[in-house]
Amino acid sequence: MDIGLNALIQNIFNSLSLGGLYALIAVGYTMVYGILRLINFAHGDIFMMGTYFAFYAITAFFLPWYLGFLMAILITGLLGFSIEKIAYRPLRNAPRISSLITAIGMSFFLESFAVVVFGGIPKSFNVYPKFFSDIILIGQSRIPLLTFITIGVTFFLFLILWWILYKTKIGLAMRAISVDIPATSLMGANVNNIISTTFVLGSAFAAVAGILWAMKYPQVQPYMGFTPGLKAFIAAVIGGIGSIQGAIVGGFLLGFLEIMIVGFFPSLAGYRDVFAYVVLIAILMFRPTGIFKIYSEQKV
Amino acid sequence: MKKVLILTGIIAMLLASFAIADDVVKIGVALPMTGNISSFGQMVWQGVELANEMFPTVLGKKVELVLGDTRSDKTEAANVISRLINLNNVVGILGEVASSNTMAGAPIAEKYHIPLLSPASTNPLVTQGKTYTSRVCFIDPFQGHVAAVFAIKNLKAKSAAVFTDVAQDYSVGLSNFFIKDFTAAGGVVYKEYYQSGDQDFSAQLTDALSHNPDVIYISGYYPEIALMAKQARQLGYKGPFLAGDGAEAPELVQIAGSAVNGLYYTSHFNAEHPVTKIGQEFVAKFEEKYHTSPSALAALGFDDYLVMLNAIERAGSTDPVKINEAIRSTKNFEGVTGYITIGSDGNAVKSAVINEVVNGQFTYVTTINP
Repeated sequence: MDIGLNALIQNIFNSLSLGGLYALIAVGYTMVYGILRLINFAHGDIFMMGTYFAFYAITAFFLPWYLGFLMAILITGLLGFSIEKIAYRPLRNAPRISSLITAIGMSFFLESFAVVVFGGIPKSFNVYPKFFSDIILIGQSRIPLLTFITIGVTFFLFLILWWILYKTKIGLAMRAISVDIPATSLMGANVNNIISTTFVLGSAFAAVAGILWAMKYPQVQPYMGFTPGLKAFIAAVIGGIGSIQGAIVGGFLLGFLEIMIVGFFPSLAGYRDVFAYVVLIAILMFRPTGIFKIYSEQKV
Repeated sequence: MKKVLILTGIIAMLLASFAIADDVVKIGVALPMTGNISSFGQMVWQGVELANEMFPTVLGKKVELVLGDTRSDKTEAANVISRLINLNNVVGILGEVASSNTMAGAPIAEKYHIPLLSPASTNPLVTQGKTYTSRVCFIDPFQGHVAAVFAIKNLKAKSAAVFTDVAQDYSVGLSNFFIKDFTAAGGVVYKEYYQSGDQDFSAQLTDALSHNPDVIYISGYYPEIALMAKQARQLGYKGPFLAGDGAEAPELVQIAGSAVNGLYYTSHFNAEHPVTKIGQEFVAKFEEKYHTSPSALAALGFDDYLVMLNAIERAGSTDPVKINEAIRSTKNFEGVTGYITIGSDGNAVKSAVINEVVNGQFTYVTTINP
């Protein structure tokens, strides 16, 4: 029983560690959805591009790691800005399905772009200082420092986001746009700028998540964004897509689910992805608005 | 008049292209050049290219290699093999590396009667019941046996946590063969599972380590082995790892760093111990060309090409069916990884080497004969 208890405590920390990363990616998803009602399927690939930017900023431009990470976050924000401007803005008034298909197309484009430019061979992301992987002992559980950093960063960014949304003018405009774009525009707000800001923020979050992810699983490759992106999407749906706190709760819930399923039923470990999808289907069937029900579509 | 001229021109060009086509022997190469296990494809290709440079002709004709990228994917492997046969009209195909990918492409090669010669797919099912699918490497019942014996005799292990990649036939098979021989010798195993592409193994490792295993046996491929080794060390595991031939790639060390020190793996070849004369020549030529020492997969790629070439030579024709018969009657062919004899079941019988990662280097430990 003693062994079982230790394993359980260790698994709780394992869950927090994985869930924090899912939460961070899910926040970017949910922001864009909340404002544009667009499921940005390219989000996982923006996450991938962010890690490549960090990798090359440090290995090719010899920046110190903190500057490299900062540059990567800024460039990824710029990438999000360009994607919105080139791919999504021309379709803003088109049927929603067109934007959705464009998002999937953008996802394929970014993956192929990465294969051509960065190469299809996985690269080792050993560009961060070693203290990030230091181990902290709590009882008999061993937790990498990175786990605490991930959780800390997730909540820090959540606070920043909350401050932007509720304490600044642009945040007010964002919330207004999420309700009604034409009316906001009539009030004199510059809709284009605000939507761009949303994409920049969401993409920058993806870059932060990408860098933390790559420090935990130090392998960078063009398709690395696919699975985490999909999982984060599920996390966002569980929490209630469009809701920031929902994304965070959903991320941690999914992390717990995945780790605990394996912890309690080791023989099912090879199929753990299945459980994430089963939860997605169940949520969509029984509570499509997720845990934090904030949007209910009204038909006029 | 003009039309007739153009038409004549086109016909002349077509005839010319046929004439050129007649002067070369086209061999297809289906390898995972990008994606999860791209390092395998790159290494095999190095060996194939070197072999092609050293032996560029067969039956007095130039050999033309047509490379197709399977993107480390089963569906894409089948597409590539189909494309090589139907579009490029190759007389034989070298590839794939991963057993699952070779198995996905094999039915197509069987259908069109084109010999498919894998350099490194070790799962027994790859050639089972097949006529046109063969390989130049040993198979997993032997590899699993070697690992089990090594774990018990050399590592003095009484218990093992066995990690299986459920998405890879190679891993499922190899784990089973290891478990069979390890438990037959009185060992205890704790089974754990994962899937190609997984990055987080903390839950499985937490479960495995709660049993305090003497050794962790991972039968999958290097990308997951690297991440798993790193996470196992973070969770406090200090014992040895044991793996199959899917472990050897530069990325294993680049990604896992010092975590894989103390990882032993069964393999086909070690550059420190070439067993044949051509093996020594291969190591020298390889180091001259690539400025690094050759991996087991490069050696297998080299042998794969040579066995195919030798078969075409003995068949005395470029008829794929005759080439296939010649491949399956290869006897004591001197290759880099040993003397290769391919039976009518399409499998080669060879000795295995065990290597250890010491300070990031793949170091020779011992050779085990069948």
